[in-house]
Amino acid sequence: MTAPGAVSAIGADELLALYQQMAVIRRTEKAAHDLFLAGLVKGTTHLASGHEAIAVGASAALRPDDYVFATYRGHHHAMARGASPAECLAELMSKATGVCHAKGGSMHLTKASAGMLGSYAIVGAHLPMAAGAAWSARLRGTGQVAVAFFGDGATNIGAFHEALNIAAVWALPVLFICENNLYMEYTPIGSVTAVANPAADRAPSYGIPAEVIDGNDVVVVADAVGRAAERARSGHGPTVLEARTYRHFGHSRTDPATYRPEEEVREWMRRDPLDIAITRLTALGVPAESVALADELAAQVVTEAVAAARAAPAADPAEALTDVWADGGSAWRT
Amino acid sequence: MADVITYREAVAEGIARELRSDRSVVLLGEDIGAAGGVFKTTAGLFAEFGPERIWDTPISEQAILGMAMGAAMTGLRPVAEIMFSDFFACCWDYLANEIPKMRYMTGGQVTVPLVVRTANGGGLGFGAQHSQAVENWTLTIPGLKIVAPSTPADVIGLMAAAIRSDDPVVFFEHKGLFATKGETAPDGHVVPLGQAAIARAGADVTIVGLAATVPMALTAAGRLAEDGISAEVVDLRCLVPLDMRTVLGSVGRTSRLVIVEENPYQGGWGGTVASIVADEGFELLDAPIRRVAAACVPLPFADALEQQVIPTVEKVITAVRSLTEY
Repeated sequence: MTAPGAVSAIGADELLALYQQMAVIRRTEKAAHDLFLAGLVKGTTHLASGHEAIAVGASAALRPDDYVFATYRGHHHAMARGASPAECLAELMSKATGVCHAKGGSMHLTKASAGMLGSYAIVGAHLPMAAGAAWSARLRGTGQVAVAFFGDGATNIGAFHEALNIAAVWALPVLFICENNLYMEYTPIGSVTAVANPAADRAPSYGIPAEVIDGNDVVVVADAVGRAAERARSGHGPTVLEARTYRHFGHSRTDPATYRPEEEVREWMRRDPLDIAITRLTALGVPAESVALADELAAQVVTEAVAAARAAPAADPAEALTDVWADGGSAWRT
Repeated sequence: MADVITYREAVAEGIARELRSDRSVVLLGEDIGAAGGVFKTTAGLFAEFGPERIWDTPISEQAILGMAMGAAMTGLRPVAEIMFSDFFACCWDYLANEIPKMRYMTGGQVTVPLVVRTANGGGLGFGAQHSQAVENWTLTIPGLKIVAPSTPADVIGLMAAAIRSDDPVVFFEHKGLFATKGETAPDGHVVPLGQAAIARAGADVTIVGLAATVPMALTAAGRLAEDGISAEVVDLRCLVPLDMRTVLGSVGRTSRLVIVEENPYQGGWGGTVASIVADEGFELLDAPIRRVAAACVPLPFADALEQQVIPTVEKVITAVRSLTEY
């Protein structure tokens, strides 16, 4: 694993802002969890608590017009790219103000206006899409890169391998970022994969450079993504980053995650991405009061978001029959 | 007299016209570049438009459709080729879960203007995994427009409409029609999606066909005319949008309906057409609706066996006669 770089482009002020962003995501996920328990969120949720540094660090290193594709565990990516906690929570709560008008739900948060081109609930399906967006960016000459975030479980599905191969052959400006939280749903990834690093160890067979990084250190993530994006933009093709991390909740709402050894959980909780950021902030001379203020501001944002989502009108039933086609309608026959 | 071209040449011609007029149109697929496609339906395109517009892919159907989708969401109009429609099963996630749902799931934030072209249908002895008519597979998925032309001019006109459409379109090219000839289409020819054609006017019975079953129905109608039976042939051209106004109008004139479809009877598109006519046109009918569809078995290899399974002119004639006796 790459050690934290001695020199990073991330200074104290920016790091404090990133910390606050992570705190907002952490509190929004907690709110989603509580709203679920209160019966106000139906279906399921796949909370990203513990994964915040990957979304926030990557986003800090990307251009605003770059493209991001995420998975059904994608709340953090939607928010890191600019979706508001209020519109995300409203989506989970089936409200008209939801970011997808309550037609997507927790697993499909999308903020296209911010280049966040979707959360996909079929494992691995979006890796070729990210390659396609990168192909499009290259053909249009925009200098944009595309990023696919995916779990460790996706590395054993065909679309992962098809996407890596064609992205390498066409030297596409795409980043494949694996959020390796050690478990494909309930099963340890190591017990179903023959190599130690499920994404990074496969990359060389496609001729793609790869790096295993600490996914809980926002600075490490930002630096690695910055290097990979620069490489992609300069025409040198894709990079695989495998960011090791850990879920604070189970796989989905109904999973208590009892299959994870207690000692492992304790060890990873000691490596909480927010705590790691605080350690770095302290080392940079940022006073504890500033961190406390950031926490306070984050709490305020999420409290207001919950209130706004609760107060929002329910989804309009008429919306059920709109937006199948580009003309806004759903007519399929005369 | 207008120039005559083959259905195969019409595919390349239709695509070339759009490539010339819109820089955002790009092609990807297996062997479509210098090789011109295994059915030669992209012949000449690589020479004219080069490697920045025409992209050869690995044998990676998921990557082909996934990349087309990502490109369509970000400003291009990709035309993806899946060599045989049977291979839709290799990339079904994109046709069933991704491409048709993205616009809806995001509350209209994203459009997916792409075309998936594919060689469809039987009659050429390719066996069970390279001969299927699978237009009914795609008909089960809301969010896909479905095109299946029967003539070279329609190939050109519908290709223009498909590529210009802001919605995802599945474009079925029938393998059995590639060598057939017809008039080409004038410059600027566009056939709007969802407009059926009356391929032959008649008074006694309506025969509804799609792609290869249209010329089959026309041949049957010609033979039936010798016996004094006047059959009207409706070429659906598209399954979505489905032009039921034209079908119901025709049934209103003839009071009898035979549907000729190459996909299996079980789950075939004719069941949808028949159910709408039964629901909304029941009082127009003087006889039951007959469906001539493929038998519900995998497609066999030998010609003699395949002809037993898929629709034929004889089967259409038999079905029509069974209704006119009513």
